[in-house]
Amino acid sequence: MSIQEIEKEVIEEFEMFDDWMDKYNYIIDLGKKLKPVDLQFKTENNLVTGCQSNVWLHATLENGKVHFQADSDALIPKGIVAILLRVLSGHSPDELLKADMGFIKAIGLEEHLSPNRANGLLSMVERMKKIALSFKAQQN
Amino acid sequence: MNELDIAEVRSGFPALEMKVYGKPVVYLDSAATSLKPIRVINAISDYYSTINSNVHRGSYRFSQMSSDAFDQVRHQVKSFINALKWEEIVFTGGTTESINTVANGLSALLKPGDEILISEMEHHSNMVPWQFLAKRTGASLRFISVDQNGNLDWESFLSLLNSNTKILAITQTSNVLGTNNPVKKMAALAHEFGTLVLIDGAQGIVHGNVDVQDLDCDFYCFSAHKMYGPMGVGVLYGKKEKLEMLQPLNYGGGMIDQVTLNHTSLKSIPQRLEAGTPNVSGVIGLGAAIDFLNDIGWDQIQSLEQNLSEYMLQKLIGLGFVNIFGDSSEKAPIYSIFIEGVHAYDLGTLLDKFGIACRTGFHCTQVLHEKAGLNGTLRASLAFYNTKEEIDIFADALVKTRQMLL
Repeated sequence: MSIQEIEKEVIEEFEMFDDWMDKYNYIIDLGKKLKPVDLQFKTENNLVTGCQSNVWLHATLENGKVHFQADSDALIPKGIVAILLRVLSGHSPDELLKADMGFIKAIGLEEHLSPNRANGLLSMVERMKKIALSFKAQQN
Repeated sequence: MNELDIAEVRSGFPALEMKVYGKPVVYLDSAATSLKPIRVINAISDYYSTINSNVHRGSYRFSQMSSDAFDQVRHQVKSFINALKWEEIVFTGGTTESINTVANGLSALLKPGDEILISEMEHHSNMVPWQFLAKRTGASLRFISVDQNGNLDWESFLSLLNSNTKILAITQTSNVLGTNNPVKKMAALAHEFGTLVLIDGAQGIVHGNVDVQDLDCDFYCFSAHKMYGPMGVGVLYGKKEKLEMLQPLNYGGGMIDQVTLNHTSLKSIPQRLEAGTPNVSGVIGLGAAIDFLNDIGWDQIQSLEQNLSEYMLQKLIGLGFVNIFGDSSEKAPIYSIFIEGVHAYDLGTLLDKFGIACRTGFHCTQVLHEKAGLNGTLRASLAFYNTKEEIDIFADALVKTRQMLL
């Protein structure tokens, strides 16, 4: 599936929630279920700091596709990270660079990606794009 | 004002009528900034709608009226904190600028071997300016320890204070722990070593009467916005001869006496430290906030806040799963809490959905949190306009959010 197709799927899933509590219960559940990042990758280099919560991001390039692993010390950012990975992991650098991340707003989570939130998520998204860019440079 | 009708008080704060996500807002972030009473809002709005004009420069009627109103507030602040002279009141942009004015102003007076003494519970605003002053001058920065209960370690204070201590900068009330420090006693001891004493009154100014002559501090700093006044204006109080020691932070209009191509002579205190057009509307708003506080009176405010604070404490203890960071007795109504296994960010995010406004993170005291091994707390702070019903809503929401997160 393309990034756009997955985004559409996520948006449709979120449309089913009646209220904020259902939505956040779902995100929290995703956070709890997210596969932990291997300890060896929880390095200073992979740490994206926010004043309130931290995020770790590890990326590899396999057969032209970027694979991400990520984690957070708080559950809600971790759940959002899980959604971001579902959408963005496993695609080529070009596809990643084209992704506009508009679905975050569509599912009502843009507040977490605001520069004011200091939770590491926005910096993580920026870092994902940078990683895609550097992998692309390697490929050329 | 007679026995306070809390419903009437609340009706004077328009922001309390706001709804968030369809629920009435429960505002528990007054330690970050208080809500503003309508009379403060009106004073600012009236100023801009009527005599708006720059101060101290115009020969016309409105400029004179504007200047008079501005100067009048200086006298009001003088009485409010019981300063000796009106010249001792410097208007600034807020507590942060007041502290920076002192830290910068002392640059030429400090040298290697000198010591600056602060505590581990200081807000970054009363820590970072001293770190940079120490770096610039070669002086060293020392920290008074904070004990498990969130009190200053008195032994640590005594052992660090010596004749090399050039300045003691200490908060009157911790913005995280709520601890009220014995600043008067500290100032008296520090003065025996010839140490200058600066008190960060950002939190202290709003919970009780401040008498700078009684405290006998050299500098006292506070912001209007935490005491029901507007943002962007604050006060640096300093004993006249101590303010005169400071080299100005800013140079420009309003603070000069004579200017030639090669030389400028400066006005005396306080104008010397107030370069540029001041925040006139803000100062007038501060004046209205002081009137507001005087009309209600500290007795009423303190008795209301004490009741609320005790109720909050009992409620939090009753929940059984809440840890309170800072359990000093007789503290300000500030509750920074953490729950085992729950990240403060998650807690704050979900409380917001209940319409509760509080704060999560380090609250500008990273050193204090890290020493306690905490990666953040959730802070609920009260003002006299809060109600027990709001505390109930907060406590219920804590139970529900914890269930969601565990």
